[in-house]
Amino acid sequence: MKPDDQKITWVREPRLGPTGRSFLPLFVQGLMTTLRHLFRRKQTVQSPETRHASPDPLLYRGVHRLNWDDQGRVKCVACFLCATACPSHCIDIIAAESPWPDREKYPESFTIDELRCIFCGMCEEACPVDAIELTSFYDLSGKSREEMIFDKEKLLSVYDQTKNTEPMRTRRIER
Amino acid sequence: MIVTLLEPLLKIVLLLAALMTACAYLVLVERWMAAWVQDRLGPNRVGIPLTRVRLFGLGQPLADGIKLLTKAQITPSHVDKALFIVAPMAIFVAALAAFAVIPFGSVIPTEGLPAAWRLPKQISLVVAPGMDVGMVYVYAVGSVAVYGVVLGGWASNDKYSFLGGMRSSAQLISYELPLGLGILGVVLATGSLRLDAIIHQQAASGAWNVFTQPLGFVVFCVAGFAEAARLPFDLPEAEQELVGGYHTEYSGIKLVMYMVAEFLHMITASFLIVILFLGGWHLWGVTGAGNEVSWPIALVRIIVLLGKVMVVILFFMLARWSWPRFRFDQLMDIGWKVMIPWGLVNVVAIAAWIEFGGRLSAVVGLSPIVAMALGNGCVLILCWLATVVADPTSIDNRPRRALPVVGQVGQPRPGGNPPCGKTTDRVL
Repeated sequence: MKPDDQKITWVREPRLGPTGRSFLPLFVQGLMTTLRHLFRRKQTVQSPETRHASPDPLLYRGVHRLNWDDQGRVKCVACFLCATACPSHCIDIIAAESPWPDREKYPESFTIDELRCIFCGMCEEACPVDAIELTSFYDLSGKSREEMIFDKEKLLSVYDQTKNTEPMRTRRIER
Repeated sequence: MIVTLLEPLLKIVLLLAALMTACAYLVLVERWMAAWVQDRLGPNRVGIPLTRVRLFGLGQPLADGIKLLTKAQITPSHVDKALFIVAPMAIFVAALAAFAVIPFGSVIPTEGLPAAWRLPKQISLVVAPGMDVGMVYVYAVGSVAVYGVVLGGWASNDKYSFLGGMRSSAQLISYELPLGLGILGVVLATGSLRLDAIIHQQAASGAWNVFTQPLGFVVFCVAGFAEAARLPFDLPEAEQELVGGYHTEYSGIKLVMYMVAEFLHMITASFLIVILFLGGWHLWGVTGAGNEVSWPIALVRIIVLLGKVMVVILFFMLARWSWPRFRFDQLMDIGWKVMIPWGLVNVVAIAAWIEFGGRLSAVVGLSPIVAMALGNGCVLILCWLATVVADPTSIDNRPRRALPVVGQVGQPRPGGNPPCGKTTDRVL
């Protein structure tokens, strides 16, 4: 775009008023703001001595868990909807014939690569049986990349750890 | 003979150790201030190594220092090697050299010690005592810092470094004029270029120069902020625009030298503000005025001086978070169109006062100091009002071709203006 383009409207820089031009009110204003914050209560949470607590653990998107149903079976029916919805392709499911009569398939293996996961929560939304959910656990660490690929047992154990503090968010009536 | 050699050597060692420690801890203070202003706690973890003692994070400078010194020293292949190495040295040496004439206290008295330790004469607490060109020396050495900046930016052979170096040199050179004009008023009033003489004059009259020369104080403070390249004048290293400014390519010990030199500039500026305008080691009713002092008074004077310097440094750090950075053309406008005229008015006012002040105050019936403070306060207010009315920093950024030719306002240019888009004066 050239400066002689007829489509350009050249606007003069807005002029400050007399108080603005004297700089004084702005000077005092800036100084007052910093002084006010200087003595304000600090927001820092001193982790790890005090832990950050999520205001609503049910809304927080942390580590995944796989839920058990009331008969002690894994709720997942290996429909692959979560793996399809996952934008980072971190869910890997191997389905097998279900040993129970009320469903066709169950996950023989169910792994989530927590290093690839972006914690968007799409898998939780996609799941038709509310088997996969995100918990409020946020500090997960491991010594190797392999360790950070969570398998079915690990994901089910996350449920055992969190079931008391974070009840299952089932929106469907159990059959 | 040995004593005359030993004395300055001791002072140099003491000063170097104190300055390096001060720089390290001022970095910590700066980080604390930054954190507190942003409602955070700041560094509070590192204490005594290998223990669980935290000491409010006072071990942080040590950890930072070890980290920076043991880091890889990268010299990029595209740089001018010799200049690349010389540049940080130049700025570091220049920043340190200024302290040769800056007093860090008053004097150490001869009395009060055991007979064997009795000093042959009073020791002034300045590395090069009695240097008659003290102020000129500080000013000259301060200008050498520009070389470090320009050389660093040029030798790095990198567009960000180059832009940072160019901005910095333009800024430093522009603001040296108001800085000098601010000093000139004080030198005129004192009649000496010696920093200790300037303090003595303020202590003797009890009227600090900030009261008698408020205009000079404002000019010197603003120029001092710009010379130290602190916000709101930190254009040379505006990291949002220039990555790191003139030291983008530097790492390891060379980067440390640049950073320490920057902090030394701030400390120098604070010392100069305190010595020239805030009475140096003088505090009414506490420190006395003369050179005949006892030990307690000598210590109190050191504490008062360093306390004042600390307050000014804290203001420097607070200012960093209080006001947004100026645009570069605004910076130049404030330097050339506001600060230099103010400085000139200040010099003229002080010179006129020295010539006519005595007679004028006799006519008005006030003591000379009160009359000078009132008169120069009025000069400051008048200057400020004149600036508000004249508005020299307002810019018309519409293309020149759309505006009337200078000298023919309202008349069309022969042949008409070249084509151009619509222009408007409307405030958006």
